[in-house]
Amino acid sequence: MDKLVTAAIVVVVVPGALITYIWGTEQVLRLLPERLKPTVRPWLWLAPALLFLAIFLIYPMIGTIIHSFQNHAGTQFVGLDNYVWFFGSEDALTSLKNNALWLIFLTLFVVGFGLLVAVLVDRVRYESVAKSVIFVPLAISMVAASVIWLYMYEYKPPGTEQTGTINALIGTAGLGPVPFTQVQQFSANTFALIVVMAWMWTGFGMVIISAALKGINPELMEAARMDGATEWQVFRGIIFPLLVPTLVVVSTTMIITALKAFDIVFTMTNGNLGTNVIANQMYAEMFKFNQYGRASAIAVVLLLAIIPIMFFNVGRFRQQEAVR
Amino acid sequence: MTAASAPLDQAGPRQGWFARHHIGVHTALIVLMIVWAVPTLGLFINSFRPATDAFGTGWWKALFPPYHFTIDNYAHVLSQGNIGTNFINSLFISIPATVIPIFVAAFAAYAFSWMEFPGRNILFVVVVGLLVVPLQATLIPVLSLFASWGIAGTFLAVWLAHTAYGLPFAVYLLRNFMGSLPREVFESAAIDGASPVTAFFRLALPMSVPAIAALAIFQFLFVWNDLLVALIYLGLIHPEDLPLTVNIAGLVTSTGSGIEFLGAAAFLSMVLPLVVFFSLQRFFVRGIVGGSVKG
Repeated sequence: MDKLVTAAIVVVVVPGALITYIWGTEQVLRLLPERLKPTVRPWLWLAPALLFLAIFLIYPMIGTIIHSFQNHAGTQFVGLDNYVWFFGSEDALTSLKNNALWLIFLTLFVVGFGLLVAVLVDRVRYESVAKSVIFVPLAISMVAASVIWLYMYEYKPPGTEQTGTINALIGTAGLGPVPFTQVQQFSANTFALIVVMAWMWTGFGMVIISAALKGINPELMEAARMDGATEWQVFRGIIFPLLVPTLVVVSTTMIITALKAFDIVFTMTNGNLGTNVIANQMYAEMFKFNQYGRASAIAVVLLLAIIPIMFFNVGRFRQQEAVR
Repeated sequence: MTAASAPLDQAGPRQGWFARHHIGVHTALIVLMIVWAVPTLGLFINSFRPATDAFGTGWWKALFPPYHFTIDNYAHVLSQGNIGTNFINSLFISIPATVIPIFVAAFAAYAFSWMEFPGRNILFVVVVGLLVVPLQATLIPVLSLFASWGIAGTFLAVWLAHTAYGLPFAVYLLRNFMGSLPREVFESAAIDGASPVTAFFRLALPMSVPAIAALAIFQFLFVWNDLLVALIYLGLIHPEDLPLTVNIAGLVTSTGSGIEFLGAAAFLSMVLPLVVFFSLQRFFVRGIVGGSVKG
């Protein structure tokens, strides 16, 4: 119980300290000449976040970048060897192809279904229940999720009783059984894994999109309805355009999640059966083969892959500022 | 929620399947709910079945007689010696690790949204781009930092680490939300002589409540379900301080035996995140933003 008391104190004291800090910045700024205030102020507001990021993410990442140019033991610089190795390895081709599939389909699934659910639940009285049902998979641990889908995808040879939910279900329609995530020949193994992740993360898209939906000024929609707009026109003309920035946030987050896809692949197929992904390869190089140089190079490739998407985001923020 | 939407219901004709309370909306939603619930339901039912049944037959067989339900799986999970302590540890880790990043991120998001400074966009790209940094790559350097500060193996180390790992997404989400708030609100506040601190606490923060609620849900969830970060920064030195996730990981041995307990453990550890989700639901109410933008 002591711990809970301490936790309560921490929860009061730390935000208290942070609020005092921000309040204190204004007092300090008073001492500065008027001209300097707008220059100094943003950095004081950013300082706590930048400090955390510099120590816990940027500093290790610099180490990773350096390691990516070194040999496996980190004793010697090897130039671009690790990058040449990665792009030349056979696994890399599979991984890059699979990550592209992850990127496209996971993002489409999560944004599409997240938007659909968020818009639909806004129109019914059991919103809370419906949202909870969609949210539950996200609260489940990755290991439990993989067990759940083991039961879903289970495959028994044709003619025997099917114990997997999907195969039993399509069996009643006289189809299947389909060997999901069981054999190399099944070409949609990666797709089957994406479905698991999409099932988990739709709740994420839904929660964020729903939060943005609630932020739309209801008077806008009412005015359109009064003018005789149909519900579909209200959605097309008002709701959707106002949600676009949020959809970009969810898409970007899912693109990054897809690039980093690891847990589900690791627990369900361990990258076998043609399902390997970049993060899985990195994990193997790091912990199985002790190839820190190569693992670091893969991490840097991931980091580089995200840059174009971030620049797209910045362009969008500029537009947002122009219109707000 | 009902109260907020009630006046809207009377306005405008109900048109098409997409209209409020239309049968098409209900059908689509109920189909989606069933599709999303069935996989979990399978594990839930299996968690009340003996291992031989759960692995031998489909979960739906349990719904027909003869019934073979048991609470043994739950009893086994709950009988693990230190599960009570680990539950408290999980709370102790999760609550500060949720509250701290929200404040830190809100300050940064406000600066990114409403203050002008050189390099703002580049800095924002860097902050959000850090989302892609693989956690595994940070573990060893950060652990040696903690060791040199003398806080390796303490809860403080875990709070700090979770705060940092959660920040890129938190800043991204809040910056997007705060940046979409109407300019005139802040301009009129400035004209009235409000300092940025006042504008932040009186306007930006209250108007961002739905986004903050969403963020709190996710941050709590990720910290609650984390094993890796706690294991490295806490468990290497003080294994008795590990969170609930370590009990779940310990249930299944490397040979895969004990997998029948996973369902029970998953549902037990899910209870609290769902409580958080439910209790923050009420902040997803229309009008928080709309109300303050009027006029």
